[in-house]
Amino acid sequence: MNLTKNGNGGRFGSGPSLDPLRHWWAGAPGWQRWIVYTLLIVGAVFLPSESIGSFMAPSGANWPSMLSDQIAIYVLLALGLNVVVGMAGLLDLGYVAFYAVGGYTIAIFAVRYHWSFWETLVLAILFSALAGVILGAPTLRLRGDYLAIVTLGFGEIVKRTANNSSFVNGPRGVQGIPHPPTLSEFEILGVQPLKYGLLDSRPYYYLLLVFIILAIVFVRRLDASRVGRAWASIREDEDAAELMGVPTFRFKLAAFAIGAAIGGSGGVVFAAKQTSILPANFDFLVSALILAAVVLGGSGNIPGAILGAFVVAWLPERFRFLDDYRMLIFGGALVVMMIFRPEGLWPSRRRKAELAEGTGGMGSMGAEVAGPGQSEAAEVGK
Amino acid sequence: MLLEIEDIHVHYGKIAALKGITVSVDQGEIVTLIGANGAGKTTTLKTISGLRNLTSGAIRFDGRDISRMPGHRRVSAGIGQAPEGRGIFPGMTVEENLLMGAYARRDDVSKELAEAYELFPRLAERRSQTGGTMSGGEQQMLAIGRALMAKPKVLLLDEPSMGLAPMLVQQIFSIIEEINRRGTTVLLVEQNAQQALQIANRAYVLETGRVVKSAPAGELLDDPQVRAAYLGGGAAPDAEPEPKAEPEAEPEAGDGGQAGGGGEGTSR
Repeated sequence: MNLTKNGNGGRFGSGPSLDPLRHWWAGAPGWQRWIVYTLLIVGAVFLPSESIGSFMAPSGANWPSMLSDQIAIYVLLALGLNVVVGMAGLLDLGYVAFYAVGGYTIAIFAVRYHWSFWETLVLAILFSALAGVILGAPTLRLRGDYLAIVTLGFGEIVKRTANNSSFVNGPRGVQGIPHPPTLSEFEILGVQPLKYGLLDSRPYYYLLLVFIILAIVFVRRLDASRVGRAWASIREDEDAAELMGVPTFRFKLAAFAIGAAIGGSGGVVFAAKQTSILPANFDFLVSALILAAVVLGGSGNIPGAILGAFVVAWLPERFRFLDDYRMLIFGGALVVMMIFRPEGLWPSRRRKAELAEGTGGMGSMGAEVAGPGQSEAAEVGK
Repeated sequence: MLLEIEDIHVHYGKIAALKGITVSVDQGEIVTLIGANGAGKTTTLKTISGLRNLTSGAIRFDGRDISRMPGHRRVSAGIGQAPEGRGIFPGMTVEENLLMGAYARRDDVSKELAEAYELFPRLAERRSQTGGTMSGGEQQMLAIGRALMAKPKVLLLDEPSMGLAPMLVQQIFSIIEEINRRGTTVLLVEQNAQQALQIANRAYVLETGRVVKSAPAGELLDDPQVRAAYLGGGAAPDAEPEPKAEPEAEPEAGDGGQAGGGGEGTSR
């Protein structure tokens, strides 16, 4: 009988369901949605304020810099990885490589050739997208675990190359990366949001916020288009997608390139904020945490990925007073989460249905007789 | 000939799965490939639809050589397939699944959608249900309906009766006949040889990657060798088939036993 289906149907009390909210959202007219969007942006703009910071970062940590250095970067990276993992269903364990390509592009071109921030930004996006294509072209013929292994290797290769190349000073890294040029000195509510200096982290946060919003709009529009349908079909059953006439290889490559470009843009801002980068900044741990953020939040769902990134970036910082135990507790929390809510904190409805079915279309094979069998299964459960 | 497969060889790594298969399908026919597990039936279909690369040989479709054409382009060329194990997109609704079938098309698909619902009223009832929550029979209907959405010239069906109750098998086969009557050529792969031979015009018998026999389907139904190997019993139809089809028995024997038992499908 269909034991798996039954098991998932009565999943440990199910947790809070988001269905009523989703239902309202699906039927909400345009103006209501715009109100929500506006409220969210206003909320994001006021997020660095001290009243929020006193709760979010109580132990003397600098909340605005936590926001810009950790949370906003992670959110941006999670949005990029969400395209690859959540939408196209390609397990990428070396995502940090593209972040590194972005960081090293600005490091090389701004320090050696004195390009401006904005020029290097464009270049870095192109380079990281190119890196995505270079990695993807030979490897995207692999599937599942094999792809994960190869991407894991790629992440290490990029880091090792930086570590061993005297062109970028090896393990000492690159120093003296310029801040973005100040666009305007104007001041509002005690912030100069367009003045990128050393002391105030908030302008970087706002810069990242703009990147995040652009990334959301871009990814959202793609997801709602033919491209998004193609990704969904590849994720659910790649062979079947090819049989529907979806050029699967090309779309997987596109997912890699787009995810990489978003990650690269994050690397540029990171490098410009820190003014120096080391190969050690681009550790495997970053890939793992971003992936955890996407999966924890709800793979394939943009709000979910943002929420997951926020939690992954913020929780360990918030509980810094637990010292060495915090990573242990964090790991435990992830495990518990995967047991009780494997679809993530805020999954998309479709993703939930996919998980309920196990391995996609093939999961229902076997000696199954017509009829859903749900009622019988329920009786057995009594 | 609409579809011609000429002496194709296909390898999985070093293992030869197909060792020179030649099959041809004419416009308007139902042609079936029968054979035991591992005979190469599914590989043949996958090679035709482009999921497997061929080592040598040629596939010609509608007068063109498509041997090197990528799989997704073959859909637009006119080859539609309902894959083995059905390959339903579990997170998409029935309607979204059907519309995925028309992905390669840019024109209006409402006519084909209506036709799919007319052919499978069950799908119309469940159009907003997710594919993964449907029963095996409904998924099979969906897989066939989805393949038809691309308006294929030839429809490749891979074991449509697998895992279905006998009642449903009947229904699926009569729908296949109806699809054929409406003008779609069908290439059918089946383990349920009895049923397949009854609706097919011609049949090929595959054994370990080779065609061992090809003939009009009616002839094969009466062929003593084929009866013994694939249709269960055969030589002594009245006698109780001896329960010797143990796992170590040769595959033909095991398969014949199953087909004779009314074809309640195979589990893998």
